[in-house]
Amino acid sequence: MMNALVQATIEFLKLYWAPLLCGVAVVAILPLAVGYIVLVERKLMADMQARLGPMRVGPHGLLQPIADALKLLIKEDIIPDNADKMVFWLAPVLSVGAGLLALAGLAIGPAFQIAQDINIGILFVVGISAMGIFGIVLGGWASNSHYSLMGALRSSAQLVSYETAAGMALVSALLFTGTLNIKSIVEAQSKNGEGIWFVMLAPVAFFTYLVASIAETNRAPFDLPEAESELVAGYMTEFSGFRWSLYFLAEYTNMIVVASVATTLFLGGWLRPFASVHGLPGFHLLNFLDFVPTLLMVAIAAYCVVRTPKQPTRVQQLFMLAVAGLCFVVGLVLVAPVVLPLIKPSLRDAVAPFYAGIHGGFWFIFKVSLYIYFFMWLRFTIPRYRFDQLMRLGWHFLIPLSIINVLLVGVALIVGEFFHLHGWGLLLVTTPAAVIALVAALMILAVEKQRDAGHDPNAASDFYAG
Amino acid sequence: MGADELVINMGPQHPSTHGVLRVKLKLDGERVIGSECIIGYLHRGVEKIAENRTYQQFAPYVDRMDYVAAVSSGLGYCEAVEKLLVVEAPPRARVIRTILTELQRIASHLLWLGTHALDIGALTPLFYCFREREEILKIFEKYCGARLTTHAFRIGGLQYEAYDTFEKEVERFCKDFESRIVEYETLLTQNRIWLARTKGVGILGPADAIAFGVTGPVLRASGVKWDIRKAAPYAAYDQYKFEIPVGTTGDTYDRYLVRMEEMRQSRLICLQAIENIPTGPIMAKVGKVLKPPPGEVYHAIEAPKGEIGYYVVSDGTVQPYRVHIRPPSFINLQAFDRMVRGHLVADVVAIIGTIDIVLGEVDR
Repeated sequence: MMNALVQATIEFLKLYWAPLLCGVAVVAILPLAVGYIVLVERKLMADMQARLGPMRVGPHGLLQPIADALKLLIKEDIIPDNADKMVFWLAPVLSVGAGLLALAGLAIGPAFQIAQDINIGILFVVGISAMGIFGIVLGGWASNSHYSLMGALRSSAQLVSYETAAGMALVSALLFTGTLNIKSIVEAQSKNGEGIWFVMLAPVAFFTYLVASIAETNRAPFDLPEAESELVAGYMTEFSGFRWSLYFLAEYTNMIVVASVATTLFLGGWLRPFASVHGLPGFHLLNFLDFVPTLLMVAIAAYCVVRTPKQPTRVQQLFMLAVAGLCFVVGLVLVAPVVLPLIKPSLRDAVAPFYAGIHGGFWFIFKVSLYIYFFMWLRFTIPRYRFDQLMRLGWHFLIPLSIINVLLVGVALIVGEFFHLHGWGLLLVTTPAAVIALVAALMILAVEKQRDAGHDPNAASDFYAG
Repeated sequence: MGADELVINMGPQHPSTHGVLRVKLKLDGERVIGSECIIGYLHRGVEKIAENRTYQQFAPYVDRMDYVAAVSSGLGYCEAVEKLLVVEAPPRARVIRTILTELQRIASHLLWLGTHALDIGALTPLFYCFREREEILKIFEKYCGARLTTHAFRIGGLQYEAYDTFEKEVERFCKDFESRIVEYETLLTQNRIWLARTKGVGILGPADAIAFGVTGPVLRASGVKWDIRKAAPYAAYDQYKFEIPVGTTGDTYDRYLVRMEEMRQSRLICLQAIENIPTGPIMAKVGKVLKPPPGEVYHAIEAPKGEIGYYVVSDGTVQPYRVHIRPPSFINLQAFDRMVRGHLVADVVAIIGTIDIVLGEVDR
């Protein structure tokens, strides 16, 4: 009996060692990555606000995330007296668990995917990440505080509303592939000569997904559930120390998830720009794009070296040089699979998987970073919507627009089929569809404005009904 | 209270009640159906303290009321006592007082703008505002050594001469400030979300505004053209040309526009004033021991937040018999309930911000 169990375990490990290892890696690396995303956010915010941001812990505050994490770990863990302790304990775990689980379905490069070949990949990711909302609602409910409860109510209403618009936007993109499998979706955007990123075919869907994903992740200007100037901290008000940091982790994990979904569906996943013409003659000049990752890394390394003499202490100078060295090594690793086949053509086949894996990872992370950068940029720039305005934007604008867009994209595809259009040729039919969708959007806005004119701002509305 | 109503306590420890204001909100869902301001957390008995101090000793205390516009509070008190003594500050002192109070108005409005925008969710204007406010505070620091509670003026004039580069620095600030206001306005004035959050929120009609005794930008945004700088000029305001901006609907957006325009006008006043600062003494002839003749006086000036008035009663001794202060923040706050009813929780913070209260002054 015991033997059989051990046997079964070994069999299981033999089969699934790679995804398991990946999973452990994600769980281990992600909190650190999130810490550094937060640092980058603070630095960017500081840059836009004419100040420096964290500068004290490590050179340019580079060790700040670690200090923050330590501080949160050793903080007193407070559970309010009348809180439902079990649910209070469960809620943040649920939230962060959903975020991490959703990452399992995503593919960072053709090789790196934990749950490989789920045929309903995108549905899995969207569904699991939507589970995180339970963590928020339960947490708000369990803390037995009015602010938390209101934050939880707001966030549940908001998530449910915007999930619809986001789902519709995803449908528009999925129409082009006819599959939910993440790998197939990306590969459909790279088919030799005729692959095209779906953001070009369905720009309106990308826009609606962009807006809806900001709302889904509770980021500004839709960060009402945790609007610090109104509800103190919303559903997180009563949470402290490590529980609180779990919520924080969940929020940023969700950001990564929505950014990854958008990258996969609209921005060509791990593909390089113009990847579909990679091997074709006549387009070889575009292959300089293969060197962009290396150049970027070398540029960062060079900047670090230039800044080194300006560091006040010896330790900081050494640290700066170490960062530069690291970037340089990464740059070398990135350039190797491109340069080796040029020197020795016989190696071409041998390095092909490395090229796909390393460069795929780079481009994927690069696009995800750009997407998240956009989130941050918005947060620093614009004020926050009010709850009724947020709901109106969702139900009166985004959802109708995304439904109309699904219809238009469908019609465009049928027309394209009729004329036997593929790849870039599809632009001939999808562009008019996008223009019509844009006109529809403007019309919706105009109708809204007209309704506003006769609208009594003080009249009661039931925006929770949504 | 019905089963579907919710009472929440906003404050006294809340990120956006601007100090220790406590607001009890009765909510139906998120809609406010009633509110009650509970104040007094910062009560220090300033008026009672006045009765146990000499006239000069009490002057620094008024700085601690509206601590973000200490210069203006100080000016009101000094002029009130001067009225009681029947002396007048020399022209040079009056002009320097005008410059400093107008700079203080800009500083106070900047602080208001930054925090108001922060309440509505715009993070960035705060830092831009503080950047310029810092310049003003540096001028104050160079002039009298203090940045916040300055005690810049003395009864009868000024204690300190303006420092050597005073005119130059004020001029440079005013020149730079023109483009800086444009910066804030780029971020907010035409922003769709900002418009949606402020237009039609917290409307206070002119009749209501007068009935509540509201003053300052809040009153002017309701369309009432009332500014003590014009109506009963003090210091050197009668020498300068400036406009009084007024609003039309009296909503939060109008109050925003009025304050932005006031900053521009203050800048113009400063520029006019530094062009021609008269020479001469800076202190009128007042004794070391102030013994005003028995009598009473009410003197009001236009502080950044509204009319700050001092009612001083003298019984002929060195200490005032009674000092009563009319704090603009306290009286403007009375209109809060009227403005907030029927709005949402998010609007409550916008309205607290737009009234521009300082709890030190509300509670005294």
